[in-house]
Amino acid sequence: MFRFILSRLLYLVPTFFGITLVTFTFPRLLKGDPVLLMAGERGVSPERHAELTAQLGLDKNIVVQYFDFIGRLFQGDFGNSLVTKKPVLSEFLTLFPATVELGLVAILIAILVGVPIGVLAAIKRGSWFDQVSMSAALVGFSMPIFWWGLLLIIFFSGTLGWTPVSGRISLMYFFPDVTGFMLIDSLISGQKGAFLSTVHHLILPSVVLATIPLAVIARQTRSAMLEVLGEDYVRTARAKGMPARRVIGVHALRNAMIPVVTTIGLQIGVLLAGAILTETIFSWPGIGKWMIESISRRDYPSVQSGLLLMAGIVMLVNLLVDLTYGLINPRIRK
Amino acid sequence: MKLLSRSLIAASALALSAAAPAMAKTFIYCSEASPEGFDPAPYTAGTTFDAGAHPMFNRLAEFKKGTTEVEPGLAESWDVSEDGTEYTFRLRKGVKFHSNDKYTPTRDFNADDVIFSFDRQGNAENPWHQYIPGITYEYYTSMAMPDLVKSVEKVDDYTVKITLNQPEAPFLANIAMPFMSIVSKEYADALDAAGTREEFNNAPIGTGPFKFVAYQKDAVIRYTKNADYWGTPAIIDDLVFAITPDAAVRLQKLKAGECHLMPYPAPADIAGIKADSNLKLDEQAGLNVGYLAYNTTLAPFDNPKVRKALNMAINKEAIVATVFEGQAEPAKNPIPPTMWSYNESIVDDPYDPEASKKLLEEAGVSGLSMEIWAMPVQRPYMPNARRTAEMMQEDLSKVGVKAEIVSYEWGEYLDKSMEPGRTGAVILGWTGDNGDPDNFLSVLLSCAGAAPGGANRAFWCNEDFSALLQKAKVSSDPAERTKLYEEAQVIFKDQAPWFTIAHSTQYVPMSNKVSGFVMSPLGDFTFETVDIAE
Repeated sequence: MFRFILSRLLYLVPTFFGITLVTFTFPRLLKGDPVLLMAGERGVSPERHAELTAQLGLDKNIVVQYFDFIGRLFQGDFGNSLVTKKPVLSEFLTLFPATVELGLVAILIAILVGVPIGVLAAIKRGSWFDQVSMSAALVGFSMPIFWWGLLLIIFFSGTLGWTPVSGRISLMYFFPDVTGFMLIDSLISGQKGAFLSTVHHLILPSVVLATIPLAVIARQTRSAMLEVLGEDYVRTARAKGMPARRVIGVHALRNAMIPVVTTIGLQIGVLLAGAILTETIFSWPGIGKWMIESISRRDYPSVQSGLLLMAGIVMLVNLLVDLTYGLINPRIRK
Repeated sequence: MKLLSRSLIAASALALSAAAPAMAKTFIYCSEASPEGFDPAPYTAGTTFDAGAHPMFNRLAEFKKGTTEVEPGLAESWDVSEDGTEYTFRLRKGVKFHSNDKYTPTRDFNADDVIFSFDRQGNAENPWHQYIPGITYEYYTSMAMPDLVKSVEKVDDYTVKITLNQPEAPFLANIAMPFMSIVSKEYADALDAAGTREEFNNAPIGTGPFKFVAYQKDAVIRYTKNADYWGTPAIIDDLVFAITPDAAVRLQKLKAGECHLMPYPAPADIAGIKADSNLKLDEQAGLNVGYLAYNTTLAPFDNPKVRKALNMAINKEAIVATVFEGQAEPAKNPIPPTMWSYNESIVDDPYDPEASKKLLEEAGVSGLSMEIWAMPVQRPYMPNARRTAEMMQEDLSKVGVKAEIVSYEWGEYLDKSMEPGRTGAVILGWTGDNGDPDNFLSVLLSCAGAAPGGANRAFWCNEDFSALLQKAKVSSDPAERTKLYEEAQVIFKDQAPWFTIAHSTQYVPMSNKVSGFVMSPLGDFTFETVDIAE
């Protein structure tokens, strides 16, 4: 097991360098000069332009800039935002809990709803439930998040008035950030109704963010289950007279879960991408919304370090997923 | 008010046990973006000023609410010397800076604060010039303050003398702008001693009608009323900014009672807002102009006749009706009608394709083909440049002019459109900074503005026009200045360096319960005069 973990960790090194290269190059490939964008219609004199470019460190050779970036990374310095002038890492850490909270709730919804639907659809293959749920999953998968979020807001918050429109908690509540996780902080605050208000505010955005992963997980579970249900050992278990519940729950589901866990792991990347749109619609103060603003302002340090941190998290999650396989299926450990 | 009232009920149920005190009035503003910081000087975005300079700070001179006129602020009065280069400000006494849990001022506002507020921006040697690494004072620089201000001297604790290198009438409007907010020298010293200089930007201390309470990044900013305010104190007790970047979501929040007022509604939503009986809508012509600038240095566009002919070929009313959805006023002058010295008597070139053809013939131009540049972004003065360019293209084809539409990425567009040899006419616009006509005319149309780094995208250099501007700039007599700018607008219309498109209307939707909100022609959002019924 130790060798398995070590080999996985070694894989991360070249991946990490690949990512630094991509996150460094990508924002610079976007056309647009941060100095010109800051100046807007007013324009900026050539001398002032050169002065500001130098001040932002953008006058140096691009290769030198890259190695500067890497060098500082090893000292734990992710650079300062060009806009707010604050350290990117501290901005990231301030906003990250909001994204994690939303993402965790969303992935929980996706798993708790998606896996049972997939299993049921597989068992009742060809039934109306199978057809309806799988068509719905296809629709969910193809849903433009922005449109879907706005639709839910207009219907549930606007027309019905059941859910709040946006934000993390009613503005009537005010307490200090302790963990950055509103569900926890609202409990700690001891203010009556704060926790409920937080849950209330989480419903729509987490449903929107869960939509695509839920659809993918449901479809993946169904096909994995179907495959496993046709295997010899399942037939044997059935032939032995084992109760159907046990056959499906233990023998089939456990084996079917391997590709499903992979899928769930891959959904973390999808979740972070989805968070960008979901957070913008629901005014959710997380890293997705922050990334969008940083890109439009050509805030290179924020974009490159923000992307790097996000990619690092996706890598770690995938590592954990790899390790989980080992637990589910001992053969992979070799 | 569904959610709000529910929480209010919950809150008042709690309060009932404690002898039910009067409810604090909380006003919620759904702002459109996060502030870059709270220090009024280093940033340039309007959002940042609405969150920092306006609620929490004051200037020596202030814009009179709802106008572009300058009135006394932290300076009770001032004198200007004969030659217009020396300004003596008499400061208001008894003005208190805010306090917070880490800082309490020991003295009132005085001349040291004024000197500090200027010096930290203009003097690179000032220890506070770079208190955040990489910080710049873009507004101070771009309003040419470094070239203008010769010295700022303390005469006594409550008198400051500012000497300019040359007379400049718009100086008073400049110091009423957010970047010239007066900050506390004593607070800066205290932070220096504590080694926490960045707090100057994070935990602002000002003299304004609201005090800072807390900022939760990208989500909520909270303020409370400054009970010691030197002017008329705010009516509401608490002010909250709920940061909501999407216009459609802002409107939903307003409708659901999650906020009381919002900026920048989507144009398509205006009709719906007008029809909603729970909402009301304030509107005003914005302090902006959208234009099409010809390159007046290139043939045949160097001929005013050709420019006039093209102007007459384009159907302005149709653009306003279609692209702006009627939410704009067709522009005839380069400055908007809300600005003083706007010349009412000017008659716009009529839309007349036949006359246009004739004029082109007279100028000896036939088979003309040109480029129209359309910027890729939406701006306050131009909702859709591409669509505008397409309509112009169609109109021009009717008088035999072939137009090709060109576009670039926004930063590149701004840059390339200022390249001297530019082929093609450029769609662009301007939003005023300080309400002074000089801020439009000199920046956008003077000979000096045509140089690299300027913003005169017609490269139009008319000696008579520039001379009038210069004369107006050094005169401190408002009546004389008005006359000079009115004359300048006559020359502009006659020479037609631009096709003036429109001044877009600003809309502010708010709940019916809100009263006392005053729209600012400068586009600021301020809340010390608002009240909410309930």
